[in-house]
Amino acid sequence: MISLNDFYQGFRDPQTIRHLAQLIAQQAAKTTQQINIMEVCGGHTHTIMKYGILQLLPSNIHFIHGPGCPVCVMPKERIDHAAVLASQTDTILVTLGDMIRVPGSKGSLAQFRSEGCDIRPIYDPLDTLAIARDNPDKTVIFFAIGFETSTPMTAALLAQAEAQNIDNILFHINHVLVPPAIDVVMSDSRSKVNAFIGPAHVSVISGSKIYQSTVDKYKTPVVVSGFEPVDVMESILRIVRQKVAGKAELDNQYSRSVSYEGNIAAQQLVDKYFMVRDSFRWRGLGPIANSALTLRPEYQHRDAERIYAHILPTVEIDDHKACMCGDILRGLANPKDCKVFGRGCSPQSPLGSCMVSSEGACNAYYRYGEVNNAN
Amino acid sequence: MCLSVPSKVVEIHDDATVTVDTLGVKRRVSCHLITDPLQIGDFVLIHIGFVMNKIDHKDAQESLELYQQIVAQMELETEQ
Repeated sequence: MISLNDFYQGFRDPQTIRHLAQLIAQQAAKTTQQINIMEVCGGHTHTIMKYGILQLLPSNIHFIHGPGCPVCVMPKERIDHAAVLASQTDTILVTLGDMIRVPGSKGSLAQFRSEGCDIRPIYDPLDTLAIARDNPDKTVIFFAIGFETSTPMTAALLAQAEAQNIDNILFHINHVLVPPAIDVVMSDSRSKVNAFIGPAHVSVISGSKIYQSTVDKYKTPVVVSGFEPVDVMESILRIVRQKVAGKAELDNQYSRSVSYEGNIAAQQLVDKYFMVRDSFRWRGLGPIANSALTLRPEYQHRDAERIYAHILPTVEIDDHKACMCGDILRGLANPKDCKVFGRGCSPQSPLGSCMVSSEGACNAYYRYGEVNNAN
Repeated sequence: MCLSVPSKVVEIHDDATVTVDTLGVKRRVSCHLITDPLQIGDFVLIHIGFVMNKIDHKDAQESLELYQQIVAQMELETEQ
């Protein structure tokens, strides 16, 4: 019988990692082509750096870090929105994880909180219900972030707020979609990416099917991969095998929880409350058509972006000139190419979002660079 | 924020929540996103307080067995 420990230790076993590295090297020796794998998600970036995977790979396999960190791709003006909303005397702003540390143009949400704004980081979106119930005289605004993985949780919160008639919860929606970001990366003539590792948790919700168009359009392999080091090594092996065989197919390494169709119930919940937004400006990538979600018209009474439109700034704000987050998110630069990496920009004092987020590429290089002796 | 963590269902509650064990840490999470009923002993993936999906025991077991075979085979080749 399988145990919980197997899910952790079994998929982190050093011996297995070492032997998978040997198999990868054997396969990679069969081709002279350069294999440039983009790991779309910051979770994979961290696995790759933390477990020293780069140094286990042959010289013709390279990793290019992708735009799949929701904190990293949030433009400054959206963080400014959150700050303005939180600055109202009758509001409480709630949000997830690292978002509170990302600098906007006038500071991070953490700084605004230290100045007296009621900003509450939460682990579970449903915690918002209790905050709203406990503060009936306040408007609680959920600053919603994340890719396909996190959107259903916002939908579930909205469903509960509606079902329980909790009227003092509003939403500022920043949910973004993976496939349009991949399109931006691949349609850049400078792109060198010729294979993808897709994040498993996105596909747990959306199914592996969301990458079919990437495979078809760009003739590149996509392997949906788990986050443990053995998962990543197996996915690399599957990519190299495809490359050697001259194939470009959609493959699912994480079949223990991902299906082609995904979690239909979660998808239906998302469809009920959300629709595709015409355009969304991504940090580093600029505006991308149809790349994000917004609330459906029948739920506009919950839309903080609409209700507070008269006080929200509309100016678009770019990153500091010295910061290379844009090129890093496009897969055109490595964190160590950036002149301020580790000097003006560190996790303690980040300039760019790739250093702020614990899943950002710069943060991973800063924390684990020595493990990999990464260049 | 993107870690989705394997956990074991240890208690089932009436309000569409279950208590899960994540390597010794217990916490209550929501089942609002899944339609299949959960049983004690099921393995699930958790993301920001929600069960996203079950983890298939059989598939996970098969993966682990495959890796064991790879290790055994490679060590045999190394010895020869």
